[in-house]
Amino acid sequence: MKCNRLVDAGRRQFLRGSLMATAGAAAATVLTPEQAKARALARVDYPANRLANIADLMVNEPMDISYPDADSPGVLLKLGQAVEGGVGPEGDVVAFSVLCPHKGWMMSYSAADKTLNCPGHHSRFDCETGGQQVWGHATSNLAQFTLRLDDSGDIYADGVDELIYGRLSNVL
Amino acid sequence: MAYKRQIDRLPIIPADAQEFNVTCHYCIVGCGYKAYTWPMNRQGGTEPNQNKFGVDLSEQQFTETEAWYAPSMYNVVRQNGKDVQLVVKPDVNCVVNSGLGSIRGARMAENRPSKVTGTQAQRLSDPMVWRNGVWQPTSWDDALDLVARVTAAVITQGSEDDLVVSMFDHGGSAGGYENTWATGKLYFESMKIKNARMHNRPAYNSEVHSSRDMGLDELNYAYEDYELTDTIFMVGANSMETQTNLYLNHMVKGLQNGARFIAVDPRRTITIASSEQFAGPENVLHLAIAEGTDMVLFNAILTHIVDNGWVDAEFIANSTFQGGEAVAQDEAHPAALGSLEHVMATCRTTLDEAAEICGVPAADIAKAAEWIAQPKEDGSRRKCVTAYEKGIIWGNDNYRTVGALVNIALATGNVGREGGGVCRLGGHQEGYYRPSDAHVGRPAEYVDQYLVRGLGGVHHIWACDHYKTTLNASEYKRVHKRRSDMVKDAIDMAAGGSRAQMVEAIVSAINAGGLFVVDVDIIHSQIGQNAHVILPACEANEMNLTSMNGERRLRLSEKYMDPFGNSRPDALIAAGVARNMERVLREMGHDAYADQFKGYDWTTEEDSFMDGYNKGNPEVTYDRLRAMGNNGVQEPVTGFENGALVGTKRLYTDGVFTRHGREDGKALFCAAGWRGWQAPGKAREQAAHRFWINNVRANIFWQNQFLDQKNDFVQDRYPHPFVEMHPDDMVDLGLNPGDLLEIVNDNGVTQGMAYPMPTLKRDTVAMVFGSPAGSQGNVVSPGVNELVLPDYKHTWGSIRKISDATPAARKVSFKSHEVVL
Ligand code: SF4
Ligand code: FES
Repeated sequence: MKCNRLVDAGRRQFLRGSLMATAGAAAATVLTPEQAKARALARVDYPANRLANIADLMVNEPMDISYPDADSPGVLLKLGQAVEGGVGPEGDVVAFSVLCPHKGWMMSYSAADKTLNCPGHHSRFDCETGGQQVWGHATSNLAQFTLRLDDSGDIYADGVDELIYGRLSNVL
Repeated sequence: MAYKRQIDRLPIIPADAQEFNVTCHYCIVGCGYKAYTWPMNRQGGTEPNQNKFGVDLSEQQFTETEAWYAPSMYNVVRQNGKDVQLVVKPDVNCVVNSGLGSIRGARMAENRPSKVTGTQAQRLSDPMVWRNGVWQPTSWDDALDLVARVTAAVITQGSEDDLVVSMFDHGGSAGGYENTWATGKLYFESMKIKNARMHNRPAYNSEVHSSRDMGLDELNYAYEDYELTDTIFMVGANSMETQTNLYLNHMVKGLQNGARFIAVDPRRTITIASSEQFAGPENVLHLAIAEGTDMVLFNAILTHIVDNGWVDAEFIANSTFQGGEAVAQDEAHPAALGSLEHVMATCRTTLDEAAEICGVPAADIAKAAEWIAQPKEDGSRRKCVTAYEKGIIWGNDNYRTVGALVNIALATGNVGREGGGVCRLGGHQEGYYRPSDAHVGRPAEYVDQYLVRGLGGVHHIWACDHYKTTLNASEYKRVHKRRSDMVKDAIDMAAGGSRAQMVEAIVSAINAGGLFVVDVDIIHSQIGQNAHVILPACEANEMNLTSMNGERRLRLSEKYMDPFGNSRPDALIAAGVARNMERVLREMGHDAYADQFKGYDWTTEEDSFMDGYNKGNPEVTYDRLRAMGNNGVQEPVTGFENGALVGTKRLYTDGVFTRHGREDGKALFCAAGWRGWQAPGKAREQAAHRFWINNVRANIFWQNQFLDQKNDFVQDRYPHPFVEMHPDDMVDLGLNPGDLLEIVNDNGVTQGMAYPMPTLKRDTVAMVFGSPAGSQGNVVSPGVNELVLPDYKHTWGSIRKISDATPAARKVSFKSHEVVL
């Protein structure tokens, strides 16, 4: 089994690799009235992305995901115990961004106490209390992905409750 | 579930946004930030030419990017009478923090007052006077006239000793050279106020008299010394928690360069845990001594170093006093000072004696001495930087304990050299520039007791809240309230009369034992509840403010927004008080006295800077400091060359010591004789109670907790003041995590929330200091160390449960603070 430090290094590379594959769509500098109208929304529109099926999840084993796009890595967790905001039959499935909201290092999951931990400057977040920062340097709690389950057990993410590190709009 | 801001997008800083230099005003480290402002009807775009960073913001940005800011770094504020958008974010080019923000500083923008976003709605906007049973907003002229008339009447009928002054002495926040000079000029030049105290201690005194008497200023190094050293020796401090970016940006680099870390602290701190991660546990030594025994440990380390010949003989011969005793012990000097040889007769302590008293293994003490001073294999000397703070400053026998620590640095030649220094870590930034305080005397008056004894008639309070941050707080609050209520009642009775009748009524109430209270602050504080006149001040960046950080780095933190409402810089409030004093005294026929209040015709804070700091340091002007940017210049400033101010990287590089004022320039050692608990009453209290009530800090609101009383992010984490306890002690007392408890002893009662902390020793609790909702000072006895230094750290009490966890406390995470990697 990989130790957490290796997991962490792997995730960081995942981020860089996926970025290279991203096709940057340049924003138009001058908007036509129609375009301005089309963009005149107060909040971003979140995609509904299928992350996994509930059957794929093992209790307390983190699954790498990304949301709302490939450049925003996250973790999907079945905690084994119902938590506020958890979905699924047991109310224990949650998902978080793994980019530390302090300076954006990749965090790793500690199964022992169900926290996400940052190797950068040692901030940590509690996956059982909605990503509350247990101790750390970030000025927000951890961005959590809003989840929904359909009848077939597919888990979809369709929202985020904090600004994700490294982007000034959650949907780029 | 944890508090979330539900912000999914932030306005982008346009390429042409205005840019300002900001030094974070919350703590001593003084991290560099940049503030950007731009009009409400404009925004930047994602294309490189549309934003301040010149990068494509439609892409995910990498780790440690400059091109991102958190929601807490954005706000809408007033600038030149208009609403503007504001981002305040860490400056990657500042050598202090290299782009790192902390959980405090990176919330600066969110903690600005804004009528648009509703942040800091608690800020005071107008002067207020007590009238008809409530505080009524009024004009500056009206409020200052009342202050001057009552103050002038009382000090002319009695003496200046009847005016008691509580005033900050620090930089950053509401301090700084502008504001300390103005208040200093008012109280120490125009008047000669003896009954003054500082924001965090009950007298007007130094917290490190012994270091200064030995010849050493307490801030003598550069932060880079932590990167150049072989050993970091930290005592009674927790820098990861408090001096956050000093730890992360300098100490961690040292640890990663191979430095070892020695921590002296009764509890395992987050700094110790993180240092084990960064340096490897084999390079971290934690000496978990029994509370209050630091001096014995230092004496044993010194003895071991001396006996093994690991001292720096050349440095001792050239730079320290040689002739036996230089200063005798007396009322102003709680220990004799002199040569190393002379003080060794007093300090000599064996490893075993120390192990017995301190409760740590003798081998660990020997190891500490080795890590500090044993020459390396090639014979070269080890470098060691010593850092200390409240654990010993607010500890047992302040004078001798600090002296014993400085002894080690002197004996090993670790001052004025790369990788050395023996410094306090500090709380606020520094920004002290005042006329001489020699008239205050030493020991200084114990001002809290002066008030408690019913003395003094007028109390001017500048940005101090003794309700939260003084010792013997229960009694102090009771008396302060009773005395000020007498004046409130008199004001209510005299309602409807003329100003002269009102002043007469107030003065009679004072003569009957009342106290007239003037409170200058940015918020309506707890002690402000006793005020009769409340004067609204503003903070850094609502004014220009100069301060220096813990390595004496002086910066100008620029004004980028208007003072909130009708608030003003303290410097201009002090000038207003002085001008009104002059007018009123002249009306009263005291012309000569009135003349003492001339010289305050200032219109900006810069006028105060030029009147004070610039007169002593003529090279330093606002324009030159502005040009020096966020890296500023390290004091003392020695010149101006090629368009730049020239500073001093570290003090005493020439081996000449001056802080004590001795002409020979020789440093002195301290004869630190151990005598157990120095402050009266401590030993008795220890014997009477089960729990040692240590007081500690939390990174989330250290130094700015008063601003966070209504901050949802902070309140969500700690809805009540935390009291960390060993889980087995909690079981003993029937406490669950989050339950509310009461700490009781003869001095008073305080309350908090039980927080399990398995790394604590049994029968010890660690309670947050200075909380608005539970003042730890309530249970601290009035006993002080010599020279009126409070020993807040040593308090014992009994604990009982008062309630199950509140709904807010039930949502809190009680997991360990230590990272798991
Ligand atoms: S470490 Fe201190 S100065 Fe630096 S950002 Fe934090 S509070 Fe401000
Ligand atoms: S990046 Fe995670 S703690 Fe700094």
